[in-house]
Amino acid sequence: MKSKNKWLSAPYILWSAVFIIVPLGMILYYGLTDQTGSFTLDNITAIASAGHAKALRVSLLLSLVSTLVCFLLAYPLAMILAGVQVKRHNFIILVFILPMWMNFLLRTLAWQTLLEKNGVINHVLSFLHLPALRIINTPAAIILGMVYNFLPFMVLPLYNALSKIDTNVINAARDLGANHVYTFIRIILPLSIPGIISGITMVFIPALTTFVISSLLGGGKLLLIGDVIEQEFTRTSNWHLGSGLSMILMVFILINMVLSAIFDKDGEGSML
Amino acid sequence: MKKHRMYYIRQSAAALTILLSAALCGCSSDKGVNGQVIVYNWGEYIDPETLLMFEEEYGIKVIYDEFETNESMYPKVESGAVAYDIACPSDYMISRMIQNGMLSEINYGNIPNAKKNIGAQYFEQSRGFDPENKYAIPYCWGTVGILYNRTMVEEPITCWEQLWDEKYADNILMQDSVRDAFMVAEKLNGHSMNTLDPAELEAAKNLLIEQKPLVQAYVVDQVRDKMIGGEAAIGVIYSGEAIYTQKENPDLVYVIPEEGTNVWIDSWVILKNAPNKENAEKFINFMCREDIALMNFEYITYSTPNVAARELIEEEEIKNSEIAFPDLSQYGNLETYVYLGEDGDYLYNELWKEVKAY
Amino acid sequence: MKTIAKRIYVALIILFLYAPIGILMVLSFNRSKTRAKWGGFTLHWYRALFQNEEILRALLNTLLIALLSSLIATVIGTVACIAMNGMKRRAKSVLMGITNIPMLNADIVTGISLMLLYISLGIKFGMGTILLSHITFNIPYVILSVMPRMKQLNVSTYEAALDLGSSPLHAFFKVVFPDLLPGILSGFLMAFTMSLDDFIITHFTKGVGVDTLSTKIYTEIKKGIKPEMYALSSLIFVTVLTLLVLVNLSPTDKKSSVGTLDSENASHSP
Repeated sequence: MKSKNKWLSAPYILWSAVFIIVPLGMILYYGLTDQTGSFTLDNITAIASAGHAKALRVSLLLSLVSTLVCFLLAYPLAMILAGVQVKRHNFIILVFILPMWMNFLLRTLAWQTLLEKNGVINHVLSFLHLPALRIINTPAAIILGMVYNFLPFMVLPLYNALSKIDTNVINAARDLGANHVYTFIRIILPLSIPGIISGITMVFIPALTTFVISSLLGGGKLLLIGDVIEQEFTRTSNWHLGSGLSMILMVFILINMVLSAIFDKDGEGSML
Repeated sequence: MKKHRMYYIRQSAAALTILLSAALCGCSSDKGVNGQVIVYNWGEYIDPETLLMFEEEYGIKVIYDEFETNESMYPKVESGAVAYDIACPSDYMISRMIQNGMLSEINYGNIPNAKKNIGAQYFEQSRGFDPENKYAIPYCWGTVGILYNRTMVEEPITCWEQLWDEKYADNILMQDSVRDAFMVAEKLNGHSMNTLDPAELEAAKNLLIEQKPLVQAYVVDQVRDKMIGGEAAIGVIYSGEAIYTQKENPDLVYVIPEEGTNVWIDSWVILKNAPNKENAEKFINFMCREDIALMNFEYITYSTPNVAARELIEEEEIKNSEIAFPDLSQYGNLETYVYLGEDGDYLYNELWKEVKAY
Repeated sequence: MKTIAKRIYVALIILFLYAPIGILMVLSFNRSKTRAKWGGFTLHWYRALFQNEEILRALLNTLLIALLSSLIATVIGTVACIAMNGMKRRAKSVLMGITNIPMLNADIVTGISLMLLYISLGIKFGMGTILLSHITFNIPYVILSVMPRMKQLNVSTYEAALDLGSSPLHAFFKVVFPDLLPGILSGFLMAFTMSLDDFIITHFTKGVGVDTLSTKIYTEIKKGIKPEMYALSSLIFVTVLTLLVLVNLSPTDKKSSVGTLDSENASHSP
C-alpha cells in the first residue's frame, strides 16, 4: 500500500494549498508592506519597541510557567489514568474533552465568579475561617486561566503515550532489579517523550497567543502579545502591524516544530 | 462487533438527516412580499419584538446581524463581505465612514418621523461628526461617567480627580479602551478629548501610568457585574448601564464628573452600496416612530433621543430621571468623539500600549 | 493508602476542571439577570430558552456546522494520513509541518486570512464559508490522531488480503479501516469539540444573520450574557454527561453502541 496510493494525497495537498498556504501568504504580504502597499520591515522590527518587547517577554514567561504547571499536574495524573482498565479509555478521554463543550468565554467568566473578592471561593474560605484568596486581577489568575483551559491538551497526549507502554517492559526491568525511580527514569520517561513533546506544543503555543484570558482574569493590567495582535486587527485595524507581529510568533512556532522534530523523530506524539 | 459498528453508523446517519432537514427548513429564505432589509447593529441593542412588528406591517423581511465593537464592525462593512443596508455605529466611527465615502445621504422626505420625533438638540450634537446632518439619525445616546458604591467611599464622588485618590487603591475600575481611558485623563488635565497635541497626549499618558497601581482592573463590559457584586468602589461606565445596575444594587450612584465628559451618540446610517435603500428608509422611519422607540428604550434602557417617545413613558421617575435624560446644559466641557484619522489613531494606540505594558 | 491518594488527586483535578461548569449551572437557575447576585431560584430561563427562536437556530447552526465540518475533515484527514504513510520522509514532514500551522497559529490570524481569501475568491459569506473554515482547522486534529494508529498498522495483513484475491478497496475496508477506527473516531470527536467552541474564526468568516452559539454569546457581552445561554449550556452538558455515564457505567449493557469503541481499543492496545 505504498506509492500506489500517492494520488490519495491530492485532495489534502490541494486543500492545504488553498486554505493554509494562500492565506498565510496574505499574512506575509500584509506583514511586509505598509498602508500604501510598499515594502517595509517596520512591522517586524516593531517588536523591539518597549511596549511590544515587554508584552512578548511577559507572554513567554507566563506561557512557560503555565506549560510547566500543566506538565507537573498532568504527568502524575496521566500515570494514574494509564493504570486504569483499558476498557475505560474513551471514557477517560471524554472526561477531559467534555468541559470544552461549554463555551470557552462562559467558562472563563465563571472563573471570575469563583475568584473574585466576593466570589464563591472566598465565601467558602471565610465560612471555614480561612484567609481570603486574592489572586483575581494578578498574573497568578492568568496562569490559572491558562492551566485551566489548556490542561486537557497536556493530559491527553501524555495519557496516550503512557498507556501505550508495554507493561511487560516495565515488569522486565523490575525483574532485572531496577527500583521504582530507576524504572521511571530509564523506561517510562523516555518512552513517553513523544507525548511530552506534543503536550508541551499543544499548551505552550495557545498560551503564547491567547488574549481573552488576560483581560478577563488578569484585569487587563498585563499586556500580552496575543492582546496586542488581537487589538491591531480588531480595534485599531492596523492589519499590517498585526500581521508583522504574528510573523514573529510564527518564529516561535517554527522553533517548536524543529525541536519536536529533533526529539520526536517519528512524529509519534499525538493528542489522543 | 460489526453489528455494533453498524448500529453506531446508522445512529449518526439518522441524527445527521434530522439535523440537515431541520436546518434547511430553518434557513428557508422567504424574502417577504416586499423584499428584505439587512441591518447591522450592536448586540442586544433592540427589542426583537419591534423587528417582528416591522416585518408584519411592511411585508419586508429583516435580516439582522450583530457586532460587538465599532472596530469589529468597520472591517466587515468595508470589506464588502456582506452588503449591509443599515448600520448603527457610534459618532467617531460615523465620521470615519463619512470620510471614506462609505455612507449614503439620508433623504429626510422618506423618513418623516426623524425630524418630527427626534429632539433638535441631538441633531445639533451630531454635527460634531456629521456637520450637515446628512448621514446619521440618532438612535441612542448617553454619557460616560462614574458609578460608585456609596457604602464603600468616604465622601461622594464628583470628579475624575478622585480616581487618582490613593484611598481607593485596588477599588477602581477603568475602561479598557483607548479613547475612553484617555478621555478621563485629558478631561482631568483640562484638555480636549480629541486632542492631537503631542505634549497634551504625553501628559495624559503619564497621568494614566501614575494611576495604574491604584486600578483594580481595566475592563469593558465587566464593570456592570463587578459593581453590582461590590467588587470595586468606583467604576467608569456608560450611562445606559446606570439604571440597570442601580436596580440590581441600590447603593450605586451615577455621576457626570465636574471636569466634563464624553457625550456619545449611536446613529442609524444607510450604507453607500445598500442593495435595499427604500426598505432601509422605511426601517429607520419605523424605528423613529414614538411607540417603537419607547419599546426599544424600555428594552435596552439606553437614553433615547426620541422626544415623543420620552413623553409616552409612564413611570414619572424614569421620565424625569437625571441619569436617563440629563439636562446637558448644566454641565461644562461636554464633547463628542471625532475620528482622528489613521495617524491619530496610531498615536493614541501606541500611547495606550505604553500605559498597558508599563 | 496509595490508591486513596491517587483517587484524591484525580478527584481534585476533576473538581478543578468542572467547578466553573458547576457555577454556570447554578447561574442558570438564578432569578437575577446578573452573575454577580443570587436573586433566588427560578426555572424561568429554561422556559425562555425554548421560546427563543434565535438561540435555538444558533444551536442548530452550531451543531450542523460542527457535525458536517468534522465529518468532512475526518474523511479528508484520514485519506491524507493513508497517503502520507506512503510518502518519502521529507515530503511527509513538510506536509505535517503545514498541517500544524492552523492549529498553532493564533485564531485571529487564521480568521482574518481566511476572510481575505474568501473576499479575493469572491465567495459569498454564509454557512458555506464557516463550514470551509471549520474544516480547515479541524483537519489537523484528525490527522494528529489517525497518524499514530497508521504507524502501528501491520502492512502484512493488508498484503495478505490482497494475495488472497481481495480488491484493494475491499481489503482496505476489511483490514486497514477497522485498525484505524479508534483514531478516526477520536479525531472526529476532537474536531467536533473544536468546532463547537470556536468563536474568532467563525466571526470573521460568517455571513449576515448566520449565528452560532459562540458568536451569539460574544455579541451579548455588551449588554450582559443572557441567562438563557447558561441554561442552554447546562442542558447540553447534562445531556452529554448522562449519555456518557449510561453507556459507560451500566453493568448489564457494557458492550452496546459507544462500548464498541472500548472493545476496539482493547483489541489494539499492546
